[in-house]
Amino acid sequence: MDQSVIERKPEAQPADALMRVVMLGIGDEVFALNTDLVREIIDPVPVTRVAGARPFLPSVVNVRGNVIPLADLRVRFGMPKTESTPDTRIVVLEIAIDGDPVLVGVVADKVHEVTEISPADVQPTPRVGMHWNPEFIHFITKWREEFVIVPNMERILS
Amino acid sequence: MTTLDPAEVFRQEASELFDVLEGALLDLGVRPDDKELVDAAFRALHTIKGSGAMFGFDAVATFTHEFETAFDRVRKGEIRPDQDLISVALAAKDYIRALIEAPESTDSIIGDAILADLYRLVKPDDQVASQAPVAEPAVPTLEVRSGWQLHIEFDTDILRNGSNPLDLLDDLGKLGPCFVVALTDDVPFLDELDPEHCFLKWDVTLHSACERDAIDDVFIFVQDEMKLVCEPLALVDAAPPLVPLEMPIVELPVAEAPAGNAGHAAPQPERKREEAREAKRPDDKANATVRVQAERLDELMDRVGELVIAQARLSQLASATDDISIKAIAEEIERLAASLRDTTMGARMVPIGSLFGRFRRLVHDLSRDLGKPVEFVTTGEDTELDKTMIERLADPLVHLIRNAIDHGIETTEIRAAAGKTDIGRIEIAATHAGAQVLVTVRDNGAGLNTARIRAKAEEQGLIAPGAVMSDQDIHQFLFHPGFSTAQTISALSGRGVGMDVVKRTIEAMRGSIDTATVPGNGTTVTLRLPLTLAIIEGLLIRVGEGRYIIPLSAVEECAELSVADERERGRNFLNMRGDLVPFLRLRNLFDSDGEADLHQKIIIASAGETRIGLVVDQIIGSHQSVIKSLSKLHSDVTMFSGATILGDGSAALILDVAQLIATGQGLAEKQLVKEAA
Repeated sequence: MDQSVIERKPEAQPADALMRVVMLGIGDEVFALNTDLVREIIDPVPVTRVAGARPFLPSVVNVRGNVIPLADLRVRFGMPKTESTPDTRIVVLEIAIDGDPVLVGVVADKVHEVTEISPADVQPTPRVGMHWNPEFIHFITKWREEFVIVPNMERILS
Repeated sequence: MTTLDPAEVFRQEASELFDVLEGALLDLGVRPDDKELVDAAFRALHTIKGSGAMFGFDAVATFTHEFETAFDRVRKGEIRPDQDLISVALAAKDYIRALIEAPESTDSIIGDAILADLYRLVKPDDQVASQAPVAEPAVPTLEVRSGWQLHIEFDTDILRNGSNPLDLLDDLGKLGPCFVVALTDDVPFLDELDPEHCFLKWDVTLHSACERDAIDDVFIFVQDEMKLVCEPLALVDAAPPLVPLEMPIVELPVAEAPAGNAGHAAPQPERKREEAREAKRPDDKANATVRVQAERLDELMDRVGELVIAQARLSQLASATDDISIKAIAEEIERLAASLRDTTMGARMVPIGSLFGRFRRLVHDLSRDLGKPVEFVTTGEDTELDKTMIERLADPLVHLIRNAIDHGIETTEIRAAAGKTDIGRIEIAATHAGAQVLVTVRDNGAGLNTARIRAKAEEQGLIAPGAVMSDQDIHQFLFHPGFSTAQTISALSGRGVGMDVVKRTIEAMRGSIDTATVPGNGTTVTLRLPLTLAIIEGLLIRVGEGRYIIPLSAVEECAELSVADERERGRNFLNMRGDLVPFLRLRNLFDSDGEADLHQKIIIASAGETRIGLVVDQIIGSHQSVIKSLSKLHSDVTMFSGATILGDGSAALILDVAQLIATGQGLAEKQLVKEAA
């Protein structure tokens, strides 16, 4: 198995650079995750509940011999739980927590596509009128005339 | 994987040689007459010098050479090594190590000072010289010569190995005046001449009273790639003016022997050399080791872990089929995977003796600095432990040994007053006990002052005054962060940090610490450690829908929770043959779904002296658990120490028994308070 650490792109992208993202449907929202973060996308596997863990990291799964935590973004964004469907996937991300690469799975109700978003479409995050913690969001952008959230995974998981 | 940096290889090799050197020097302090030890130290020095020069550590080579020259008199038996000499030699060793590991942080002034000390000790005055002949007669008289006739033939490819015959001849020249004749008979014509081959041979007449060993030393690194014929010069041939003046020693008794039998005498050293080679062989065999990078071993272990998991899944599938041939193959693979696992684990096992060796220096230095003579005894050096654990054990043991010498062992006066021998004793031992390794550090000092520890704990508000506690529990406060009963803080200990480190390190390795003390007779600290960090024997249990692993080493017994116990809803105590054992219902603790099984089982688990009952729905069986650590994101989870992967590919959590016991005791105390109210 390839254990190499994925080189993260610096946070500040050149203004005209397109960002490659994968579009995930979670609850009613669409999230765009930088493909640099994504290690793989797998079919659902049996999950093991971890008693005493924080609600947004309720369980662990076995991904190719590694036991990794499974994050539930719905908890962080205050969305109701949904039943798993044939479209449900686990997106395995590698993010940096305190400088160490950490693998984490995210449950997605649907994986739409891999695409590019342009900085030109970036909408400023409204300070008011949003029921989400602004810390969890890098920015909001538009994709197929829909608003999509580019989440700050490090903040969401720490 | 890239090729290794040769300098790095040298550093690694040197580091091992330093251990050998240090061990030999320290032993020499105890048995100054042991010739073997001097030779071992000398060999280590010589190799460091040789490879140091080879890898471009010139400062190392130069200093080591000087060190070696000074030390040579010890080897020749002219000087008996005493404590002062050992101390300087150790300082010299440290300096060489510094030269290799961090050359910029040291200075040649230090080296010069060490050398000056060394020379002062080894060359005090003529007195030594006059002593020399006294040592001499022990040497067989045939060995003393006024000169040697040498015939030197190197293997033709000697140059490819980086050896330079010219350097060797120069070294030979240092032994005494040489007359060298190069034999060019074998040199081919120019068009056939391979410049990488050495075709020359040499005849050397060496006028020196040196011993045969000195000549062998020159060729020590190439002796397997050369032919060396070494014959003593007949005394008549020795030109008297060439004999160095300071060597009049014991020529006369020697004189008669070789004059007539030069031919006779020659085969003898030759035979001696054969014997020396014979004797070396078993050694070579014992050292037939390969250096492997630690990460590669870790990777191998990971792969084996995955294989074991895959094999478990295969076995599960095979047990569901009727196909005999598939069953047979599954069994075969099970057997192979198990032996592969054992072999791989074995490769990670290192005898703990390598660690103990490091502490001898520590004890030596501490004993000198504190003025407390201490004898250091180690037993069970062969006990094998996982390599990573050995590394992690080093720090805790340093703290324990320091504490034992600083606080445990009394000063000589106090010891004398108490009627004890004036030499303190630190004993460090390792033994296997089931699936655990016990490492004990024992001193014969004053023992722990339980009353003082208790007073301090009360003062710091750790326990309520007058609370009933066992001595064992009170001693555990020693491992509390910031806890110290020392009235004064010394450079060594007393800040109350060390023991906290010990406890945390040991617990991180899923080990535990026991203390036992006899007032006036010393303290014993026992570290209980699992054999390996990679795989454990586990007991697979089911609680509600979830399956969990309890480390088998912590399990004492399993029983069915009787209806009577079940009925007593209010109390969470169980009467186990007269002992009250608190129990936890894991269903409640884990907030499990589903109906509880009709017949609940109870597993009595222990950590150290305390026991706890864990009530579960079902005991499934034993399970070889490849331990996977929990993610950093789950560092807030306390009840589980890790996870493993079950036969069906799902993850199962491993219970942290020590934590559960702490939780259980918390609950029990709450309950007692409630009942008392």
